[in-house]
Amino acid sequence: MSAITRDEVAHLARLSRLALADEELDHFAAQLDVIIGAVARVAEVAADDIPPSSHALPLTNVYRPDEVRPCLTPEQALSGAPAVEDGRFRVPRILGEEA
Amino acid sequence: MSLIHKSAADLGALIASGEVSAVEVAQAHLDRIAAVEPQVNAFLHVDTETTLEQARVVDARRAAGEDLGPLAGVPIAHKDIFTTVDMPTTAGSKILEGWRPPYDATVTRRLRAAGLVILGKTNLDEFAMGSSTENSAYGTTHNPWDLSRIPGGSSGGSSAAVAAYEAPLSTGTDTGGSIRQPAAVTGIVGMKPTYGGSSRYGLIAFASSLDTPGPFARNVMDAALLHEAFSGHDVMDSTSVDAPVPSVVEAARNAEVAGLRIGVVKEFGGDGYQPGVLARFHETVELLESLGAKVFEVSCPSFDVALPAYYLIAPSECSSNLARFDAMRYGLRVGDDGTRSAEEVMSLTRAQGFGPEVKRRIILGTYALSSGYYDAYYGQAQKVRTLIARDFESAFQQVDVLISPTTPTTAFPIGERADDPLAMYLADLCTIPANLAGNAAISVPCGLADEDGLPVGLQIMAPVLGDDRCYRVGAAVERALEARWGGSLLSKAPAL
Repeated sequence: MSAITRDEVAHLARLSRLALADEELDHFAAQLDVIIGAVARVAEVAADDIPPSSHALPLTNVYRPDEVRPCLTPEQALSGAPAVEDGRFRVPRILGEEA
Repeated sequence: MSLIHKSAADLGALIASGEVSAVEVAQAHLDRIAAVEPQVNAFLHVDTETTLEQARVVDARRAAGEDLGPLAGVPIAHKDIFTTVDMPTTAGSKILEGWRPPYDATVTRRLRAAGLVILGKTNLDEFAMGSSTENSAYGTTHNPWDLSRIPGGSSGGSSAAVAAYEAPLSTGTDTGGSIRQPAAVTGIVGMKPTYGGSSRYGLIAFASSLDTPGPFARNVMDAALLHEAFSGHDVMDSTSVDAPVPSVVEAARNAEVAGLRIGVVKEFGGDGYQPGVLARFHETVELLESLGAKVFEVSCPSFDVALPAYYLIAPSECSSNLARFDAMRYGLRVGDDGTRSAEEVMSLTRAQGFGPEVKRRIILGTYALSSGYYDAYYGQAQKVRTLIARDFESAFQQVDVLISPTTPTTAFPIGERADDPLAMYLADLCTIPANLAGNAAISVPCGLADEDGLPVGLQIMAPVLGDDRCYRVGAAVERALEARWGGSLLSKAPAL
């Protein structure tokens, strides 16, 4: 098992949309390295013939009847939004200036 | 005996008979909360008027001749991870500070339907990630036995509220032990039902394949009454089990272990366990034998790798679940000054809104799920899950229930493990296998450790949908130990 580097943590933070400070990167890199070293033990036990279980229960798709029923009003759905405009969620720009 | 010291069952009966009103019972608990909260900090939100109004409604329904259930009018403290329309829901995080959900969780809805009076929302480790309630963004909760120690976690606010007589009942969620471990270290009863036996709808998700709502109480019967009140199939949760809830109240009343086969898990109880914890555990094993149970040692070899598997699976699911906190539709938004893109706003908001434990798990989960590492970490952990389920299956061919200490140590001092995640994760060593396989498991008090005088928990694990067995054995242990102690373990706690 490979060790986790500070650069890898920075990359993972970008993927996770977490703007971490330099000192956080240092702190997490050291801690994650220790944690990953400890959890790597899982590789020692499970052989190829063991099927993975994603869940405690056997899962099947659950369908409900396709019928109209009450749901949240627009006001309720928008009630926790950080910004609202014209009955919609107002969000920062998604495309870059050049788009 | 004052109202706050009575059991939930007794309070329900007193209210039903008209000897006291639901309003009087609620007021007694609100007074207690006002008196001890400065020391305990179990609650994130208490709303006196909303609480009393709920109690008035119960009294009015009773006066109108309605036949209400056994817990109608009984107060309850509700973990702040269940959505509630009339109170804020924060999951212990700054990212949801002040958020008022537009809908009730199924557990909340069922509490209301059963006439329970919600006193407020209890403190927790942020998004239920932790074993000490030190990861709450709103300050740590203190253990009523010793205010310098942790109340367990993540449902530490809920366990402390019940142990401090602020509420006779509370709700928790158990992802890796977050009900059983706090119950053990605060000297109360905590039950993790079978996965899917209680609905996750409206429970803010941490690790969806593990999260399980369950009850806290000061005795086994009260826990059973609450378990029955909010469990059962829910069409709003696709992982909800469509099977009847086992009659856990009947099992708690039965409390008979003669002839029962009990397995002691060989892998739990060696190095790293506090001597006082082991001493109380071994005494309880002897007690069960004296009550007519047949005790065997059972080996579950894969339990040794449950902890590492859990710390790959739970962060993986958390990194996916917490992606919804994107600063767009609800919660905190940081840096939206017109010059930044949505992606920049998301990154700044999440960096400011999440605490260190949540960030650590998101990064660990993102790593475990990433291309190149997926097979070595997440894939292997899912295989361990299969092995653990097989261990349980094989064990339950030999015995009816499995027992172990609930935790390797008693409550540790606040701050002691804060900078050492691996040491913190050990608190859930014995509880995690039941989460990975979905089994039912309960923690009941079994004495005080000699070296520090703090509570020790006995864990009883039963097969999937065998929740009633946990209550049956738990009630038998409770009955025998309380006869020996001359009262409950909690009655030995120092007064606050």
